[in-house]
Amino acid sequence: MAAISIQQLSRSYGEVQALKSVSLEVEPGELFGLIGPDGAGKTTLIRILATLLLPGDGHAEVLGYDVVNQYREIRKKMGYMPGKFSLYYDLTILENINLFATIFGTTLEENYDLIRDIYSQIEPFKHRRAGNLSGGMKQKLALSCALIHAPEVLFLDEPTTGVDAVSRREFWEMLRKLRDRGITILVSTPYMDEASLCDRVALIQNGNILQIDTPENIVGSFKSDLYAVKADQTWKLLKDLRAYEWAASVFAFGESVHYTDKRSDFEPSGLAEYLQAGGNSGVRISPIKPGIEDCFMALMN
Amino acid sequence: MMASIVATELTRTFGAFTAVDHISFSVEEGEIFGFLGANGAGKTTAMRMLCGLLSPSGGQATVAGYDIAKRPEMVKRNIGYMSQKFSLYEDLTVGENIVFYGGIYGLSRNTIRSKTAEMLEKLGLNEVRDTMIRDLPLGWKQKIAFSTAIIHEPQIVFLDEPTGGVDPVTRRQFWDLIYEAADNGVTIFVTTHYMDEAEYCNRISIMVDGRIDAMGTPEALKQQFAANSMDEVFVRLARPSAVK
Repeated sequence: MAAISIQQLSRSYGEVQALKSVSLEVEPGELFGLIGPDGAGKTTLIRILATLLLPGDGHAEVLGYDVVNQYREIRKKMGYMPGKFSLYYDLTILENINLFATIFGTTLEENYDLIRDIYSQIEPFKHRRAGNLSGGMKQKLALSCALIHAPEVLFLDEPTTGVDAVSRREFWEMLRKLRDRGITILVSTPYMDEASLCDRVALIQNGNILQIDTPENIVGSFKSDLYAVKADQTWKLLKDLRAYEWAASVFAFGESVHYTDKRSDFEPSGLAEYLQAGGNSGVRISPIKPGIEDCFMALMN
Repeated sequence: MMASIVATELTRTFGAFTAVDHISFSVEEGEIFGFLGANGAGKTTAMRMLCGLLSPSGGQATVAGYDIAKRPEMVKRNIGYMSQKFSLYEDLTVGENIVFYGGIYGLSRNTIRSKTAEMLEKLGLNEVRDTMIRDLPLGWKQKIAFSTAIIHEPQIVFLDEPTGGVDPVTRRQFWDLIYEAADNGVTIFVTTHYMDEAEYCNRISIMVDGRIDAMGTPEALKQQFAANSMDEVFVRLARPSAVK
């Protein structure tokens, strides 16, 4: 049985269709990523699964329980970390944790082992009020509270948004450890580079799922030959590449520009000549493997 | 070339805590300057001082030629500011937002009219002039927010995580606007958590625990830290402070 099963789920807010007949399944023990920009429908989907929002059309089950009729069962067995920090600012770290533990009829001691990795990092400050914590510490407290009743499934809504690159990396290490303990995790993120840290991902945009697969398979299904083009002046290079008659796609990617060509018999040397004739210096063109972001942009079109 | 921003030993304390610790740097006219750092490193405090919103505890800085401590009001007139969190009024139309910001910066009615027409034409957004901001896709909002932030033709524009959560195509279109503004001589001071965007900057500084621990072109920083990407540079520098 799938841990999460969604069939043709739709949801509208007035005239805005936030989710358009979405279907997906998450296996038990899977670390599953919902990858997409703001407005893709990620929060709507997670809130429906967390039984906080009613679906419009379609059907969804969590751990075999229906999100509408059996929401009480789901709530006992799920952990949820909303996108916005929602703990009590005027309670301390310890008081927040004890509150959540009590609500679920357990204690910090009983499940200490599960949250040890995360909680031990904020335990030295356990008497500090939540309102006075840094962003990274708030995030760890929220995750500790979401885990305190040893849930079978964990919903995390953009836990790494606005978080710096180093803290994001550490957060994902924590998630992978939780996954290794058998907890099913559904996590959403707008950062495409985080897709590679998931077992499987759904790429989502404007309420539609573009593709569901392992990160490796998504990257493997990229249809064109991709090249990284570099030159001394990136902005000029970008403009010249876009003006090239055979250009299929041109996207800046950090220090290089990712390029695909319309021709099946594309030779980089011809492009290099065109760029040099246009006054670009330091031109280098090399084939590269696509990343999730390349795939996402190709699927958006 | 003239420097748009010069900071010398700029410092800000909150009680016993030193949020910004003697930072010195300068940014040239028309430069795209990336201001990076882990959460809590002091970026926001430094940026608030440079925008004339917070007085320094020590050191000094000039922005657009004005001392931030002595003439903060002149600083505010000569800069633009945009953040992802707040830039435009959701319940005003596109046209109303432009008129509002133009008015705040003291532009005449005629200037606002011609600027509005010019901006909407350039962005290809003529048909949404009377649409509420809240009804627009995020990517459009971002473009309008940026154009509005430079409607008074400031020397410098401060961009605080302008592309957070934006889809990858729109994010790149946004950087086109940044490049274009810089080409026209506007100095860009930008923060971001996307390390690929750090590569688009002419120069970058990385703050760690209130200090600037590294500064230079992306190429130079990668060489200095023997790293393949800015992500690697960042992780090496920022790790000590991030393990909190």
